[in-house]
Amino acid sequence: MSERPLPWAMTLLRRELRLSMRVGGGAQVGVLFFLAVVTVIPFGLGPDMNLLARIGPAILWIGALLATLLGLDRLFQADRDDGTLDLMLMAGRPLELVVLTKCLAHWLATGLPLVVAAPVLGIFLNLQPLAMGAVTLTLLVGTPALTLIGAIGAALTVSLRRGGLLLAVLVVPLAIPVLIFGVSAANAALVVGTPFRAPFAILCALSLLAAVIGPVASAMALRFSSD
Amino acid sequence: MLKLLAENIAIDRGGRRVFSGLSFDLDAGHALIVTGQNGIGKSSLLRTLAGLVPPTEGTLRLQGGETERSPAEHAHYFGHQSAVKPALTALENLEFWRDFLQPARPQAFSGFPVATDAALEMLGIGHTARLPAAYLSAGQTRRLALARLFVCPRPIWLMDEPTSALDTASEALLLTLMQDHLTHGGMILTATHTPLALRPSRTLHLEAADPADMPSADGEPDSLEEIYG
Amino acid sequence: MAILDYANPTRFLRLTQIVLPWLTAACLAAFAVGLYMTFFVSPEDYQQGQTVKIMYIHVPAAWLCMMTYSIMAISSLGTLVWKHPLADVSAKAAAPIGAAFTLIALITGSLWGRPMWGTYWEWDARMTSVLVLLIMYLGLIALWRTMEDPIRAGKAAAVLTLVGAINLPIIKFSVEWWNTLHQPASVMRMDGPTIDTSMLVPLFVMAGAATLLFFVLHLQAMRNEILRRRVRAMRLKAAAGSRAARMAPPSSPLSSPMSGTPGAAE
Repeated sequence: MSERPLPWAMTLLRRELRLSMRVGGGAQVGVLFFLAVVTVIPFGLGPDMNLLARIGPAILWIGALLATLLGLDRLFQADRDDGTLDLMLMAGRPLELVVLTKCLAHWLATGLPLVVAAPVLGIFLNLQPLAMGAVTLTLLVGTPALTLIGAIGAALTVSLRRGGLLLAVLVVPLAIPVLIFGVSAANAALVVGTPFRAPFAILCALSLLAAVIGPVASAMALRFSSD
Repeated sequence: MLKLLAENIAIDRGGRRVFSGLSFDLDAGHALIVTGQNGIGKSSLLRTLAGLVPPTEGTLRLQGGETERSPAEHAHYFGHQSAVKPALTALENLEFWRDFLQPARPQAFSGFPVATDAALEMLGIGHTARLPAAYLSAGQTRRLALARLFVCPRPIWLMDEPTSALDTASEALLLTLMQDHLTHGGMILTATHTPLALRPSRTLHLEAADPADMPSADGEPDSLEEIYG
Repeated sequence: MAILDYANPTRFLRLTQIVLPWLTAACLAAFAVGLYMTFFVSPEDYQQGQTVKIMYIHVPAAWLCMMTYSIMAISSLGTLVWKHPLADVSAKAAAPIGAAFTLIALITGSLWGRPMWGTYWEWDARMTSVLVLLIMYLGLIALWRTMEDPIRAGKAAAVLTLVGAINLPIIKFSVEWWNTLHQPASVMRMDGPTIDTSMLVPLFVMAGAATLLFFVLHLQAMRNEILRRRVRAMRLKAAAGSRAARMAPPSSPLSSPMSGTPGAAE
């Protein structure tokens, strides 16, 4: 146990994963919502397979963004409601790392299933294998950034009864760069001559940046929320 | 020697001064019983000691504690909420807190960690160890929350109404365990309505301030007329 | 620390009471000069005609919506780092003004764009960035409004404002990148060097007038916010007072905290 780095963080990660497995709702409903969004769009646009193939990556990205945002409101609220958050604040562990661990667990439980579901949903959108691969890869790199940025919103609205909508409003502007570069990189597989490496590298950079800003800002907001 | 020192503490909650000028000290092995009416600030005081509410004024120190750690990180907070996840078994709940909380064992404190199974057994809920906490009654959940205090040794216990949701037998058990903690050199600060026979103990009685004496935030005027007039 | 800080709002109220009339007068004078120059002195554009005069509103508004956010970001640092009691008042007071200037910039931009683009809205990089900024302002205002306790709301909003301040350049960069990807040539170009002095002078006067307007509104809004908080504090006090009167005998000050029996059962 002691050879592994940060054993307490591993404990926290294991517990968070276990909780999301046992408490229904999290992962499954997120993927279902993703499916619902993707299903609804052809009804709005018409079953034009060429059009769908062209905007497919964008649809998948927007679906993933919405599914991530809607799943975040309980990230800290559940812990606040039962008093766990109070104990975490006085546990003697760096709160930023606690937040980062919780985000990692949340992403593994809800973000990763979206990434896995993306190629399947891509079939409905007439995506070619290359485009499917590009979308999946960009989602794999980009959805952690969405979770980490969303954590800030979750921490800010932790004390609000119905904070879910507000959370989305607060977080959407901050998530725009991730969406732009995610979709751009994915589109490189569709349009000949558009760059892939540049937007993909920026997307990676955004995720890394979010891994710093997200936990720091969330931890700050959580400390203020406890009184 | 372990000693908790509070000097001239003032607390504001939601823009209202709860109390001010509160000073006390507490030696290892002693209990401080905080009494007073509802809403007088007993819970706020405990939450301030737990580091959850920053005091507006004053200082809070722990002499003889581990360096580079705040008084709150030497403390267990046993409040109204149990911090028990219903989806996890009693044992899983307890094991998490054992591994997650950083224990604090300064010199003067001889408390030792109790094994999770033994802690559940000690509190009379050993038979529930493998059951999801969702199936526990209110009193059992409370005792599971209490078990946390034994699996991770920390010298200061901050207990807000510790006897609530406990029957007479459990209450007697709790008192024995609290007394044990004092004998090991721990300290207990508890807010309570029911008298607790802990020794050695002192009482801190909080009383309502005369509203006219309430210190006003940011030097505000005394009447609405002064604002509109 | 406490005495100085607590005295501040009162001193602020006294100071602004003296300053505000003068500032208001200066603002009105600047607008009078600026509007006169806009309509009667500055030339028409040989391409755009009278339409170019929208610029004298649009550019100052666009400049102020950025400046307001900077002021809010500095105020947020004041809340979180220096713990200045007026900092979150300043940030809260600035948000609606910033949102208003942002909206003005959007509306005038869209009116200006209409004859040139043929539509009221174009996903032009600047306009899009300003729209995102508006959403951020409105989100901040919503956050303030949903939290009852002004101190707590102030801290939460300060965190969000600073995160936004870090993100704004990234958003601007992303939007510009996205824009060049989708439409290489931007229609509207009005960067510094191409503007003639005859237009630049009125523009500066109008920008100065709008900046003065911001400060007039900001100081007044800060005064209102301080007074609003005092009303709230007094209502809380009134509620606490009636409770104390009901439940406790009078004249029992808290200043003697250890009214128990120290070290009783040793």
